[in-house]
Amino acid sequence: MKIVVCIKQVPDTKGGVKFNPDGTLDRAAMLAIMNPDDKAGLEAALRIKEETGAEVTVLTMGLPKADDVLREAMAMGADKAILVTDRVLGGADTWATSSTIAGALRNIDYDLVITGRQAIDGDTAQVGPQIAEHLGLPVISYAADIKIDGENVIVKRQYEDRYHMLKTKMPCLITALSELNTPRYMTPGGIFDAYDEKEVTVWGRADLKDLDDANIGLKGSPTKIAKASDKVRKGAGEKVNLDATESVNYIMSKLTEKHVI
Amino acid sequence: MGLEEYKGVYIYAQQVDNEISSIAFELLGKGKELAAALGTDVTAVLLGSNVKGLCDKLAEYGADKVILVDDPALETYRTEPYAHALASVINEYKPEIMLVGATAIGRDLGPTVSARVATGLTADCTVLEIGDFPLVATPGKEDEQKHNQLLMTRPAFGGNTIATIACPDNRPQMATVRPGVMQKIDPIAGAKANIIEYNPGFTENNRYVEIMEVVKAVGQVQNIMDAKILVSGGRGVGSEENFKLLDDLAAALGGMVSCSRAVVENGWKAQDYQVGQTGKTVRPNVYFAIGISGAIQHVAGMEESDLIIAINKDADAPIFDVADYGIVGDLNKIVPALTEAIKAQAEK
Repeated sequence: MKIVVCIKQVPDTKGGVKFNPDGTLDRAAMLAIMNPDDKAGLEAALRIKEETGAEVTVLTMGLPKADDVLREAMAMGADKAILVTDRVLGGADTWATSSTIAGALRNIDYDLVITGRQAIDGDTAQVGPQIAEHLGLPVISYAADIKIDGENVIVKRQYEDRYHMLKTKMPCLITALSELNTPRYMTPGGIFDAYDEKEVTVWGRADLKDLDDANIGLKGSPTKIAKASDKVRKGAGEKVNLDATESVNYIMSKLTEKHVI
Repeated sequence: MGLEEYKGVYIYAQQVDNEISSIAFELLGKGKELAAALGTDVTAVLLGSNVKGLCDKLAEYGADKVILVDDPALETYRTEPYAHALASVINEYKPEIMLVGATAIGRDLGPTVSARVATGLTADCTVLEIGDFPLVATPGKEDEQKHNQLLMTRPAFGGNTIATIACPDNRPQMATVRPGVMQKIDPIAGAKANIIEYNPGFTENNRYVEIMEVVKAVGQVQNIMDAKILVSGGRGVGSEENFKLLDDLAAALGGMVSCSRAVVENGWKAQDYQVGQTGKTVRPNVYFAIGISGAIQHVAGMEESDLIIAINKDADAPIFDVADYGIVGDLNKIVPALTEAIKAQAEK
């Protein structure tokens, strides 16, 4: 069995956010980590590997420095890594990103594709289902549990007030929730292998299959940024430091003033 | 085909168990505003099995028309028959705007459909308006500026930034919209729906997954998004048992208890009660943030509340940056005393 896990290197939001003059994100200027939902998807794949001997390939699209998250994934136990990187792919929205990743996946044999539900930078949750759409795969998003059952996969699909147990024949695409599991750490041996023994395969635009130039990069993105800025927040109000009784009196006076009570 | 052939504002009228979700009414409210700005009307797209009886309700909340796809294949939500139905409606009726709720259903249906009809999709929008793209015309290229575009504003980076997005060259302009943000209209009593029935036909293929089991959350979960007063607790509450203090305060105020992500992670409360980026967006009249530090992801889900009162022992907690009234102190002393004071007031 072959599993491909799509991962994304994302800016750690604690490090602050920077923009290019054209309004797109200046990823190069920010600290970078493996997106948490993707890491849960990778962990799910590694557990299936332990059970079934599956081969796990990690795939990312990004800047050359996204090599870091692929090495991290291999140090956790992934077998192979592919980096899709090319200047012409930059500035992509979810349509162009999913089209590009689908172009890479057309070169690979797989039974199961796992992506994170959403990335902490864009928070869109769109790329996984859109990849499935481009490849004609069944999609199960918001996975809270994944089990392999012969040629089928059984997934606990989470909704707000319920879950569905879903079954589908592979190949298929699943988007993973962080709640799925607690990802393992890299092992010292794994780190050694990932940096000294294993290779990251690098693909550019020319290596992607059945992909129209009209669907890549900033130009191939139907959505365009009109404006981007730091969020303006409403300022802090009053802050008091009183004893318990005075605090209660203070809150009561405010609730009365605002006609809450 | 020319973009000008796409007309009208469409909203996806989500229903679950043949009950219309609140987000559908919220989208109708916003859809009406956008339609007025464009001089067009609002159409609700209702997909399901035996759901015709729900159409009038959509009319009451502002739908000028309802496109109904009623088929046994649509009894329970699954990506494939639903995506086929909605994409077929779009291809047949060609709306210029298609709004979908950013729910666990809409965030699956929206991307699948947008990819199928080859258009853009902007996720989790909190502001939608009609305007020009680019916002300001490039000097010398005034004729390239497009008018009457849907401008979709959304937070990103866990609420650190805000971006306004347009989809100038593809139709429909699609957005998913965060629940709890847009306002419903006051329902028009007795409104009757103008129903258009449509069925694209459903043939099972490899993309139809099998539903083995549907498991609903135990007990009737009250929706924190409907509460006028929320008493919300964070890690600082200390334990599941100690949430009793918040339950009592909420009961005295006629409100509900909600919580931060840390509380869900500790297993003190179910995820249904979580406020924030990965939980629910709420805007009650009063939001008590008790023992909540105020991580940006939490603030993103509650900062639109009318009145925010924070109680925290850490004077530097970021929650005080968004609170209207901040009290630095021990919640274990303040909360029970406040509950008693409110009860005493009520008895007067």
